[in-house]
Amino acid sequence: MNYQFDWSAVWDPAAWFGAIKVTLAYGIATTAVGLILGLILGLALISRFWVLRRAVALFIGLFRCTPALIQIVWFYYAFPMVLAVNMPAWLAASMGLTFYMAAFSAEIFRGGIQSIEKGQWNATRSLCMSPWQAMRHVVLPQAFRRMTPAIVNQSIIQFKNTSLLSVVAVHDIMFTASSLTAETYRPLEVLTFASVLYIILIWPLASIAHVVEKRSAQGRTR
Amino acid sequence: MSRPFIEITHLRKLFGDVVAVDDVSLQLDEGRTAAIIGSSGCGKSTFLRCLNMLETPTSGTMRIGEDEVEFADGEMIRGADRSLNFRKSMAMVFQSFELFPNMNVLRNITLAPRLVKGMRRDEAEETALALLDRVGLKHKATAPVTELSGGQAQRVAIARALAMAPRVLLFDEATSALDPELVGEVLAVIRDLASEGRTLLVVTHELAFARDVADTLYFFDQGRVLESGKPEVLMENPQTERLASFLKRYSGQV
Repeated sequence: MNYQFDWSAVWDPAAWFGAIKVTLAYGIATTAVGLILGLILGLALISRFWVLRRAVALFIGLFRCTPALIQIVWFYYAFPMVLAVNMPAWLAASMGLTFYMAAFSAEIFRGGIQSIEKGQWNATRSLCMSPWQAMRHVVLPQAFRRMTPAIVNQSIIQFKNTSLLSVVAVHDIMFTASSLTAETYRPLEVLTFASVLYIILIWPLASIAHVVEKRSAQGRTR
Repeated sequence: MSRPFIEITHLRKLFGDVVAVDDVSLQLDEGRTAAIIGSSGCGKSTFLRCLNMLETPTSGTMRIGEDEVEFADGEMIRGADRSLNFRKSMAMVFQSFELFPNMNVLRNITLAPRLVKGMRRDEAEETALALLDRVGLKHKATAPVTELSGGQAQRVAIARALAMAPRVLLFDEATSALDPELVGEVLAVIRDLASEGRTLLVVTHELAFARDVADTLYFFDQGRVLESGKPEVLMENPQTERLASFLKRYSGQV
């Protein structure tokens, strides 16, 4: 091997800083909105109305079984055309990823809620609490605790998947890496640096979640 | 003649083709205790769950005080406007406690009074502390429920039920999940409640306790009330072979 690394190729602070902001913005926004939508879909999955259950199951199936990359491209180019609406580029770009997150987290929420024992529901009903009060005060808080690891996992995947947005010209870390590569012909340096940025951004997220998880576990036994 | 406080008439509950509760009628006056005994699978718990409407009865009529509901073909056909009042007039204590593990002892007790009865927080907490004191657990008010022993958990569950100020308390095998040495503390609380004139419906395996505390004893067999009457009469002079053999089997455990 006589490859000579040339790290000067990655030197473009302004571009990287902008890219980090874009990645964080899309990562946080699509994860947060995806989780909220996922909770709603998860609740719909266990609703009494079979039409709703079927419709949501179909939606989830479509988004779980197609590649995120295709979803992003489709929502960016085809969706506004099919609906004949003008939507801002940032919205078109985030829709695919948001639905992707929603579909996977809906299944996490459904599983978490259904893992709470029937006896807990019986107790709330016996105390004349409404189903919604039971969900809000008894079932969801317990379910969230059980779901934290799965949700953190899915959020990490989501943050990394924002790199796919570079194909629709979102100026994120991956996009910046691609254009620097095109300018400098130094893909190894540039991509290695981009990876380091992703690690720096995502690792703390995982650690914070870990601390939260530990603390809530302690809270239970204390 | 005044009518009884609780009156259940021709109650049936089917699970598919299986008859779990078969034409059960039961009456109980205010301030009295009825105990229901019978081997597992005899329908006594299902009966209690029907009464609390955790299960929807297939058919029959149930009345507590002035609130009456009637069922036919698995649907409520009368009293829908009374059913919430009907349910509010009772509170159930479960075999497996069913305390809420995501909140401490005090909040377990104050949650439903605050949400359902709209009680103010300080008022609910005052009531809860008084009830905890009654069951001897005031010092555990801020403890997480996961820290309680089975006997303590069940006493908290009783306090939680009492906090709703029910007119009837239902006990569904309240001591069956407890270690033998913890049974006594829970039975003592139930005994207290009976002697202070509360209306109790107790499904139990503790025969000596049932005899002691109940004004009326019901023996369930295959979903039916096979015998009922004064506990000492039933126990000393069973009229059916089924009750006689049941008593023989269980008396060894008491």
